[in-house]
Amino acid sequence: MKILVCISKSPDTTSKIAFTDGDTKFDENGVQYIVNPYDEWYALVRALELKEAGGGSVSIITVGTAADDAVIRKALAIGADEAVRIDAAPTDAYYTAMQIAEYAKSNGFDLVMTGKETINYNGSQVGGMIAEGMDVPFVSLASRLEVNGSTATLDTEIVGGIQTVEVSLPAVVSCAKGMAEQRIPNMRGIMAARTKPLNVVAPADIDALTSFTSYALPPAKSECKMIDPENMDELVALLHNEAKVI
Amino acid sequence: MSTLVYINSNDGLAKNALEAVTYGKKLGADVTVVTTGGADESTLASLGEYGASKVMVDRSVTTNDPGQIANVVKAAADATGASTIVFSHDFIAKAAAPRVSVKLKAGLVSGAIGVPEGNKVKVNVFSGKAFGFVEVNTATKIISLLPNSFQPEAGGSACGVEEFNGNAGEAAIKVIETKKPEGDIPLPEAELVVSAGRGLKGPENWGMIEELASELGAATACSRPVADIGWRPHHEHVGQTGVAIRPNLYIAAGISGAIQHLAGVNGSKVIVVVNTDAEAPFFKAADYGIVGDAFEVIPRLTEAVKKFKAAN
Repeated sequence: MKILVCISKSPDTTSKIAFTDGDTKFDENGVQYIVNPYDEWYALVRALELKEAGGGSVSIITVGTAADDAVIRKALAIGADEAVRIDAAPTDAYYTAMQIAEYAKSNGFDLVMTGKETINYNGSQVGGMIAEGMDVPFVSLASRLEVNGSTATLDTEIVGGIQTVEVSLPAVVSCAKGMAEQRIPNMRGIMAARTKPLNVVAPADIDALTSFTSYALPPAKSECKMIDPENMDELVALLHNEAKVI
Repeated sequence: MSTLVYINSNDGLAKNALEAVTYGKKLGADVTVVTTGGADESTLASLGEYGASKVMVDRSVTTNDPGQIANVVKAAADATGASTIVFSHDFIAKAAAPRVSVKLKAGLVSGAIGVPEGNKVKVNVFSGKAFGFVEVNTATKIISLLPNSFQPEAGGSACGVEEFNGNAGEAAIKVIETKKPEGDIPLPEAELVVSAGRGLKGPENWGMIEELASELGAATACSRPVADIGWRPHHEHVGQTGVAIRPNLYIAAGISGAIQHLAGVNGSKVIVVVNTDAEAPFFKAADYGIVGDAFEVIPRLTEAVKKFKAAN
């Protein structure tokens, strides 16, 4: 089975979020980039488990510039066979997804996997757009994925529960918590990642549909009101009369 | 100028569906609702109270198949000439809205928390640590509204309901089994949430959390370490890599408030933090803080809630 895992870079989860250039750009000063956790912990690791169990190959793909090669090597260190970088700045989800869909269509993958969202833009857009671009089924928010021949069985999140579904491959799957356990790359993986193929591909001609024009930080939270631990009646009264939430 | 709102009515009308219709009404244009699922005519007609002038229902789609839903929404958009399409950013919209965006080549704004100003829409980004303003470069825009950002506002009267054939096509996703735990309040929709972390010392101590939650009618949640060591199920994990929630009230016991946890809960309207450590970072994000032992404070709070309920 040929699996393509879509990788996005995101700021380390402990990063302080700030903006620059009149609040139009994310301030990268001092920011460590990582592989988006949903892409890495769930999509990539599950793809590797499927390959280990049933053979095949795992390729990773990202839309990005040469500055992103370090993040791609991190993903290769976890175990993917090869990487593809579509050489362009990912201007919006549509642009990114259509680039990946073009590549996936012409290279015949059985399964395309994404994280359920990135932790920087939280859009949950790319997976569904790739599926539409490829004209294949899309299963979102999957917490379990088994493959049997050309059929995938998945658990997906629905309101208040879990649904087990079946879909024919090829398909696109977005992965959520529960799918796999995070893997820490070992030294051998890190060394091997240096020499694994990283193919740089020219982008297709696609126009973005949206753009981020500016950013803002939430207003500072007002002072926390401290309550006597002996006096929970006071808290309940405040929640009712002041906060009006109960 | 008209607005099309997609809602799912497989399980009746959820609160986030009413929010989406209310939001559609706020955009100022005529609102048509397109829906898939089995709600009866009078239920659907009640959407008029929230601002819909017409409901189009395609009953041929009985599951959450995003390909079918996207086909129906596209057909409805073509039929109504809508310039804005609204979804509620739930599990269905996350699967179907991107497909509609590609079909119509219309820019999609996910996680909207404000009404558009010109072409710009305010959204949540960086897992709630910041806001962004997204400009849509296409004539038609698609907005996926973050649940619990706008409250439903009723005021109008019932509207007409039309059967609609949206040429949904075949379902690509076959449903094998649906599991919905009885009695549990689904976390993403919960308005009140009681959550606990490693400070509780072990899974056997969750009884008091569940008791407080049941007294309040709240959902239960937990921090990442607690889900990772298996004290609580994964779907209860709120935070940057778990579920992001926006309840009216979030009560956290024995959670220090690491930045990754805050990212999942900082959309909460009111946060109450119980921690033995007065220096816990969570107090900086809290509205009400209690420095104390959760093992004493939580049962006392449960009693206080009982007393309050008896008196009101």
